Amino acid sequence: MAASQLHVALAGNPNCGKTTLFNLITGANGYVGNWPGVTVEKKEAKLTSDKSVTITDLPGIYSLSPYSPEEVVARDYIMSDEPDVVIQVLDATNLERNLYLALQVVETGKPVVVALNMADLVEKNGDKIDTKRLSKALGAPVVMISALKNTGIDELFAKAREAAAKKAEVPEHKFDSAIEDVLDHIENCLPQSVPVNKRRYYAVKLFERDAQAVKLVNLNKEQADRVEQLVSQCEKDCDDDSESIITGERYAVIAHIIDECLKKAPEKMSISEKIDRVVTNRWLGLPIFVLVMWAVYYIAIGTIGTAGTDWVNDNLFGDGFTLFGASFPSVPGLFEGWLTAAGASDLVISLVNDGIVAGVGAVLGFIPQMFVLFILLSFLEDCGYMARVAFVMDRVFRRFGLSGKSFIPMLVSTGCGVPGVLSTKTIENEKDRRMTVMTTTFIPCGAKLPIIALLMGALIGNNDASWISPLFYFLGVVAVIVSGIMLKKTKLFAGRPTPFVMELPAYHMPSIRSWALHVWERVSAYIKKAFTIIFASTIVIWFLSNFGVFEGAFGFLPDLTDADEFMDYSVLAMLGSALSWIFAPLGFASWQAVAMSISGLVAKENVMATAASLLSMSDATEADPELWHAFAQQMFFNHGGTVGAIAAFGAFNLLCAPCFAAMGTIRAQMNSGKWTAIALGYECGFAWVIGLMINQFYLLSQGVFSIWTIVAVAFAAAILFQLFRPMPKGAMGEDDNEVAPSVSAA
Amino acid sequence: MKTLGDVAVGDSSTIIKLHGEGALRRHLMDLGLIKGTKFTVVKVAPLGDPVEINVRGYELSIRKEEAAIVEVQ
Repeated sequence: MAASQLHVALAGNPNCGKTTLFNLITGANGYVGNWPGVTVEKKEAKLTSDKSVTITDLPGIYSLSPYSPEEVVARDYIMSDEPDVVIQVLDATNLERNLYLALQVVETGKPVVVALNMADLVEKNGDKIDTKRLSKALGAPVVMISALKNTGIDELFAKAREAAAKKAEVPEHKFDSAIEDVLDHIENCLPQSVPVNKRRYYAVKLFERDAQAVKLVNLNKEQADRVEQLVSQCEKDCDDDSESIITGERYAVIAHIIDECLKKAPEKMSISEKIDRVVTNRWLGLPIFVLVMWAVYYIAIGTIGTAGTDWVNDNLFGDGFTLFGASFPSVPGLFEGWLTAAGASDLVISLVNDGIVAGVGAVLGFIPQMFVLFILLSFLEDCGYMARVAFVMDRVFRRFGLSGKSFIPMLVSTGCGVPGVLSTKTIENEKDRRMTVMTTTFIPCGAKLPIIALLMGALIGNNDASWISPLFYFLGVVAVIVSGIMLKKTKLFAGRPTPFVMELPAYHMPSIRSWALHVWERVSAYIKKAFTIIFASTIVIWFLSNFGVFEGAFGFLPDLTDADEFMDYSVLAMLGSALSWIFAPLGFASWQAVAMSISGLVAKENVMATAASLLSMSDATEADPELWHAFAQQMFFNHGGTVGAIAAFGAFNLLCAPCFAAMGTIRAQMNSGKWTAIALGYECGFAWVIGLMINQFYLLSQGVFSIWTIVAVAFAAAILFQLFRPMPKGAMGEDDNEVAPSVSAA
Repeated sequence: MKTLGDVAVGDSSTIIKLHGEGALRRHLMDLGLIKGTKFTVVKVAPLGDPVEINVRGYELSIRKEEAAIVEVQ
């Protein structure tokens, strides 16, 4: 049997431990992508112990209804010919609700094996489940397993192979006899082409008036009329609609099964309930949440994480280091040594050290911080606390059309926008997810903090991170809120607020393995970015700033001229000058400031390095007052810019489209070129408008008035109008006063 | 009509009917909120909304606005 290929689908409710099981049996080395046509994640991998078995992890769902893309994807896959058997994973500590999906999966006529997960917890609670009876009632083998403790897995797959050999099963469980009569009649109306094992499924779906399933069976007019007549008669008899009747019947079957198969130990208050009583307490909930978040940042950004990051930046990519008495050279030192020994030219050494090592190093420096941050956030997510955060914060987020679930991506984005955008996956509703993707990168990521430090140094001569960083997180949140309210009133996001009905899973200690995988998923997304996009982009930036035309000749500028300001002749300078008209109303028309913004689009980590090298102060950091001064003087004041222009520059760079890597992630997450363009267009448009207003209103306060003052006032009025006007009715919204021109164009 | 959102924290009640139509109604039914189901309101979030209910042995968070389609005893 081992030689033949076997396709296994994993189905189950959210929080039933399906992902833990998937990671356990596959080692999580698989393909991750989207199901065709939708932004629902598809995970597929080979079984570690037997490569002939392919496991497809279906999205966590509660039902096979036709309303959510996750449910449709899952049922289409189960009904297709690809899977040989479905492993239906159940949280055995919550049989009642978990059996609801199991019944529906059994009804599809596919061979099913039921895995009762969390067997260890059932035992601990003192509950008893009669698996033999349960198996008989469901017409499918039942195996007790624990994905956390790795028990029962071999038996599960032995049963799965046996079941798969049967190819098809006819479901066993029966509803009330009156309903069964109607279902029998509907089955008789089905065309002969519907195979025996799937007839029950389609009969039930037709009874529910499930539009998607109706399309698939192709009834003729006569048959369709007959079915409709049967269903309406039954609805009249039961005084209820058909969907409610079937749901009621399913839960009645479940009640009967539970009665027979489950002996529950006397109820006592679980640890989870005790924790929850405190954590989401009406009065303590918010303070505890603030405390937890503060602790996360204190550890990740403030102390341990930063110590690691500083070590990497100062030693590994700085002056070298000593370990156990042996001294090691820094990475740039190492490369320079090798390259010089190999007789490389200045050009090559410059490319490697100033281009690649400096750029990639800037990114890698953030890894310790990122690592610590994600260890903490992933734990909070996996143990169940983040669901409580969504519960506590929902009221706030609903006001601007999002749900509490949007908060998690924003938290992750404070580390890096790439995993932040990735974690929007947990938001089921498409509109909510799109809006969260569009706005989450307004939250300053780790790489924006040095830019903030530089700007604040230049503006107020102080960059004490303890109050400035929180201030900018706060501004990021304001940008998210303002955008949320404005966008919600546009055609793109119009409509009723999306429902927020969410299970609050019991608290549990995540398995170390799952936790580690979760952290790795996020950190590796960041590392991948460092070695792909940033690697390539630093070479481009290096080329743009080191090559140019000097006295009529094009070439490597350090070879052409001895001048320190060789960059003035570079391609980057030309590009900056060519684009500077866009930023003139924002007050920063110098090519250097524009070049910094361009390098920021590539990677925010580049902005500081570009500033330092443009000012010929390559060794200076954002904490250096000389750099603050040079930055303000040479890039702004010398070009007619003011303090307002510096602030506008900051606002633009913090709010505009994120780095290439995050843009790529947005593209992957939106799964649509149009929506990617809308997202990036909105971000850049919004950033430009905010920058314009800051600069123009500052100038106005100094008594300077121009045509741009009027434009800025007009934008401010438009934003206020959009913020405070009532929600437009229905599909109206032709005259939506959108701030970003690119949004209305799209 | 008394709805799920009207039940005080700590009190239990039984569902009489789900009003409305479409995805939200079906989702609530799939989660086990149907005619005759008993539930307990466990707590309300610090900002007054949503509420947490215990139904069929698990905890569910639901906004008062959505709870308004659930008629209870």
